[in-house]
Amino acid sequence: MIRSTHLPLLITLATFVLAYALCASAYPAMLSLRVVANLLTDNAFLGIAAVGMTFVILSGGIDLSIGSVIAFTGVFLAVILRDTSLHPLAAFALVLLLTTGFGTVMGATIHYLEMPPFIVTLAGMFLARGAAYVLSTESVPITHEFYDTLQGLYWKIDGARFRLIGGLMVLTFIVGILVAHRTRFGQNVYALGGGEQAAKLMGVPVARTTIGIYAVSGGLAGLSGIVFSLYTSAGYSLATVGVELEAIAAVVIGGTLLTGGYGFVGGTLFGILIMGLIQTYIVFDGTLSSWWTKIVIGGLLFAFILLQKGLTWAAKKRAAQARMRTATGSAALS
Amino acid sequence: MTSQTVGPRPSIMRRILPQLVILIVALALNVAVFPEFFQIDFRNGRLFGNLIDVLNRGAPVALLCIGMTLVIATKGIDLSVGAVMAIAGAVAASVVVEGHGWGMALLAALAAGGLCGLWNGFLVAVLRIQPIVATLVLMVAGRGIAQLVTEGKILTFDNAGLIHLGAGTVAGLPTPILIWLALGALVTCVVRKTALGMLIEAIGINERSSRLAGINSRVLLVCVYLVSGLCAALAGVIVAADIKGADANNAGLWLELDAILAVVIGGNSLLGGRFSIVASLIGALIIQSINSVILLSGLPPEFNLVIKALLILGILVIQSPRIGTYIYMLKASGPQPQPDAPPIRSTKEETAR
Repeated sequence: MIRSTHLPLLITLATFVLAYALCASAYPAMLSLRVVANLLTDNAFLGIAAVGMTFVILSGGIDLSIGSVIAFTGVFLAVILRDTSLHPLAAFALVLLLTTGFGTVMGATIHYLEMPPFIVTLAGMFLARGAAYVLSTESVPITHEFYDTLQGLYWKIDGARFRLIGGLMVLTFIVGILVAHRTRFGQNVYALGGGEQAAKLMGVPVARTTIGIYAVSGGLAGLSGIVFSLYTSAGYSLATVGVELEAIAAVVIGGTLLTGGYGFVGGTLFGILIMGLIQTYIVFDGTLSSWWTKIVIGGLLFAFILLQKGLTWAAKKRAAQARMRTATGSAALS
Repeated sequence: MTSQTVGPRPSIMRRILPQLVILIVALALNVAVFPEFFQIDFRNGRLFGNLIDVLNRGAPVALLCIGMTLVIATKGIDLSVGAVMAIAGAVAASVVVEGHGWGMALLAALAAGGLCGLWNGFLVAVLRIQPIVATLVLMVAGRGIAQLVTEGKILTFDNAGLIHLGAGTVAGLPTPILIWLALGALVTCVVRKTALGMLIEAIGINERSSRLAGINSRVLLVCVYLVSGLCAALAGVIVAADIKGADANNAGLWLELDAILAVVIGGNSLLGGRFSIVASLIGALIIQSINSVILLSGLPPEFNLVIKALLILGILVIQSPRIGTYIYMLKASGPQPQPDAPPIRSTKEETAR
């Protein structure tokens, strides 16, 4: 039997298959492996950031800072590689440390000062974007042979190039799925999303989990920034504006409840792919303008929010009916 | 908290005192970096001066924060105002480009903004979707709709009447200043001279009990988002008129955040309840004064965001419930408890619903 908690995920999957079938029927070329490879490569940075966002939303929070953190990471890497002789790998480690620390501080602020995540991460968004501006307002190109090596890595099948960053995204999703469903931390995240009071009473370490969630989100945003810099070979402080919204949209379309507690990391992958598919379709079509992407994604977002609403409403009604039945049952007994 | 709203209100001066102090500090900083800050000239039938500039440039955020204050008072939030500004600007520009008058354009823009507001209100009040999520839909799709209206171009226009709204003057004062002052006064009067303001606060404090008390919270919520949409439309028309063109990508970008910031600086709790539009408007002026300090001091504008972020963090830490409890405990040990008691933190489940 299909449990109602799996229903959003199944609907996401069905939407993806249906959308792909529609696209393929209009343009058979979209079935080629090359399109699949590009779908992974083009959405790699968004996907990695969306994994972090999934954890945040599962816990009932929100992280608005990731777009800015991605931009900051790109600018930071570009400036470091331009001005110092640091090896990119060392720079990667440094920037991951920075962004994870940034997320940790935000998590601590949210937990210890009891402030809404929305407003704390909003301030974090300003701060990270501002720090990127301070480093450089211009686009800084990255020219390092190690970058060329990384960009040159790919796995070729039938002319389709599965690049390193696409693989990194898939890997992040696999690790994310394992962490969410197979570790204590993942269980704590779900418990926290189900209700902070209840989680506290069950003995979930709320402080550690909350801080950990935002640290993970910050760290993954940093990783996403590294991938973005590999993708564009440059760091630009005005890049990736609004990526946090796309990530939230992907998470919601992937079937995660925005109120927290229900959802799957794997669903987010399909959310990302559906959004990527829309963009690919518009590119294939050629006559549709790019703004249709935003409108279609907005429409999808709305449809999935409605679906979630309907499901929670149905679940509540069922619970109420069950309660009525037990109440009448016990009344009859007495 | 309800007992305080029913009883005689503490004087308005006392409520807005912290904001006034911050504003005065911000203006003093302006004078420190630019001694002629307060100098106002009258040239070519128009007032010129840095102070006038602050009032004028602050108009979009001031307009937005009028609606945003009401929305936040109901424990909601409206993320779509920036996108609604873009839509309204695009609609006004396209109406004018088609050869209609500026009055028609203003009406069409207001109608578009009102429609967006009704949509948000419908999602929040009827479908009971969390406000952040409900308004996110329009925030994502709104700019796409605006681009659809302008067909992806920056629509420029040359209609004297419409431009007058953004760049013209009435009796020497730039029109935007008069518009936000008038609208602020009007909305304040409407909510404070009637029971409307109290009813809105009641919804924000506890929607279920307000409904049980006989408040038609559904209609009121829709109205609140409608007002927010109309304010955003007006701001969008002013911004478009100011640059004589509608830019669907950049009009109102990030202004929703500035508006929320203005409301928060104005001392309104994001958890809903008591609100003051006057304090929010002062908050908007504070933001604009800080922008002006950064500009006048010759600091690179790159620092603008960092300074703003640190400012928000500072204000948030002061306002945080945890710190507020400590302050309250300190004050409670004194002779009289303050009416500015920290908002009672509701449980997370309630916020989520």
